[in-house]
Amino acid sequence: MTIEWVHPGLLLIVGAWVLPFLRGRVKRAAMVALPAAALIDCMLMTRGTYGAATLLGYDVVFGRVDGLSLIFAYVFSAMALLGMVYALHVEDDSQHVAALTYAGGALGVTFAGDLLSLYVFWELMAISSAYLVWASRERSAVAAGFRYLLVHVFGGLVLLAGIVIHASQTGSIEFGNMGASSGGLAWSLILVAFLINAAVPPLGAWLPDAYPKATVTGAVFMTAFTTKSAIYVLIRGFPGTELLVWLGAAMAIYGVVYAVLENDARRLLAYHIISQVGYMVCGVGIGTALATNGAAAHAFAHILYKGLLFMGAGAVLQMTGLRKLSDMGGLYKTMPKTLGLYMIGAFAISAVPLFSGFVSKSMIISAAGEEHMSAVFLMLTLASAGTFLHTGLKLPYYMFFGKDSGVRAKEPPTNMLVAMGLAAGACVLIGLFPNLLYSILPDTTVHYVPYTVAHVTITLGMLAFTALGFFLLLAHLDPERTISLDTDWFYRRGTTGLVRLVRGPLLQLEAFVGGIYEFLLRRPVFAVASLLRRFDSRIVDTSLVGIGRSTQTLGEILKRAMTGHIQHYGLLMGAGVLILLAFAVFGL
Amino acid sequence: MSFLERQLEDPVRFRRLKRWFIIGLVLVLLSEIVLPLVFPGDHPHDFRFESIPAWGALYGLLSCVVIILASKLIGKLWLMRREDFYDD
Repeated sequence: MTIEWVHPGLLLIVGAWVLPFLRGRVKRAAMVALPAAALIDCMLMTRGTYGAATLLGYDVVFGRVDGLSLIFAYVFSAMALLGMVYALHVEDDSQHVAALTYAGGALGVTFAGDLLSLYVFWELMAISSAYLVWASRERSAVAAGFRYLLVHVFGGLVLLAGIVIHASQTGSIEFGNMGASSGGLAWSLILVAFLINAAVPPLGAWLPDAYPKATVTGAVFMTAFTTKSAIYVLIRGFPGTELLVWLGAAMAIYGVVYAVLENDARRLLAYHIISQVGYMVCGVGIGTALATNGAAAHAFAHILYKGLLFMGAGAVLQMTGLRKLSDMGGLYKTMPKTLGLYMIGAFAISAVPLFSGFVSKSMIISAAGEEHMSAVFLMLTLASAGTFLHTGLKLPYYMFFGKDSGVRAKEPPTNMLVAMGLAAGACVLIGLFPNLLYSILPDTTVHYVPYTVAHVTITLGMLAFTALGFFLLLAHLDPERTISLDTDWFYRRGTTGLVRLVRGPLLQLEAFVGGIYEFLLRRPVFAVASLLRRFDSRIVDTSLVGIGRSTQTLGEILKRAMTGHIQHYGLLMGAGVLILLAFAVFGL
Repeated sequence: MSFLERQLEDPVRFRRLKRWFIIGLVLVLLSEIVLPLVFPGDHPHDFRFESIPAWGALYGLLSCVVIILASKLIGKLWLMRREDFYDD
């Protein structure tokens, strides 16, 4: 028997449970071997449909392998590999198991051909990633992890409701382009669930709330899978949905605005995930072949450079214990390697020519240009300037340069630097040889040339003068010790309002209802009860007492007969026998 | 003292670095104006505003200033709170 297809996600989910039984070098080898095997598995796969089964009368497909699922599978398994290398020094098996399960869940979503198996892996991702937040074992992280899980459980329920309605309406749970049921209830519910995971405002506050609280290594995994698997399902199910164009463009700017105000290094980067995912959502909304290819390409490039940026900020957090930009400064003196590798990620996200973001982000912006969407084009270009401003200038300036904080931290452990080096290498490689990425894009008919004279000069002009603006307005950018309100306010502070409502008006309402209850029910009931009590004590009790007394009297009489002398009892028995004989003889 | 440290801590070298930054800005600006004239073929003409000379540099600077000032304004008026805002 030959095994025609091995699910790479299952490989990670099941394989992860081997790790707790291994020690030392063998364990570290397995930590790298598992995601590497998944990556090789994906690369050797041929297109087709595998793992089909029937469940509850529906056809479930665990392995839909095509161009779109493959490009996401490549980058998910590659990022799992990089993340595990970054986490090699961590002596906490539970985190490794959770991280691999999380990556496996993302691969499961990617290869799911039907909504039911997609839902199962969707929930698996939510639970396993919540653990990565809890695993930092701080009070605030536990709370943030619960908020994160609640949002995703809610999203999962919305998805399930959409799936059930969709299945009952169409009789099929196949997952493909949902355009046919556009505008319907099932369509809307499934779209909302996907938008929650893509962190589209106002449904996206969970991301900057939870990611900065995750462990140093856990956050690296989190940047890759949840939002980008949401982009995958959006490309699959909702290409050309016009709403997404505007949500995406607004989202790109939203992330940038919050990044200006942010002081926590990893939360600043988290807001830039929202901004970057905005480009992808916008690309899905535009829906042309160039745009959806661009969304897929940008997701691929984004996972690698965002992973790298979180690794850099995580390395600083690990070595200094500092989260806030206002506490850092001057770290370049002792952490030059971390700085250099971080900057490669920063150039990649800022779409500097020769780095990966340049060849992927511009596909989406060009697609907006081709469709003559001038407002979208300008919004996305503005957000590009903002991206360079924060991840390329503000964050490295205040973290590594700026006012010397006097902190002299060492470089992070070698495995962390190696993981960062590999990610940085990938960012440069894609930037130098964009065809490596373009050749695996889902739509093979698109031919896009990123390196034109005009594109390079305009981009350089934009970046250089953004830098000028940064240095001119530097005084306004000093990080402040504040946090920023986001839509998580509604479930963090909105409940305080609820409590106040309960204590004020609701309490009065309760008193009023209580008064009515007292008047209408309690008093009549008491009146009847006292009547019954009187009947009870006068009649029932008296008769019972009477019966009791007569029984007692009878007892007294009988007691007198019980003398305890055997001869008295014999006499009584003899008398009894004589009486019985008398009855028998006289025939009474 | 590392190479980077020397460049940044020594005032003479730092001034030189600043000068190179300004020279770089001018070069970028010139290339953006001149090169499209040399290679007119590949200029994207999706929108009219793209033909403004040095469009990228102008829009980059404008974006940067608008983002910083507008965000700070929104932040100060509405969004920014004390760090212990959510702590009871």
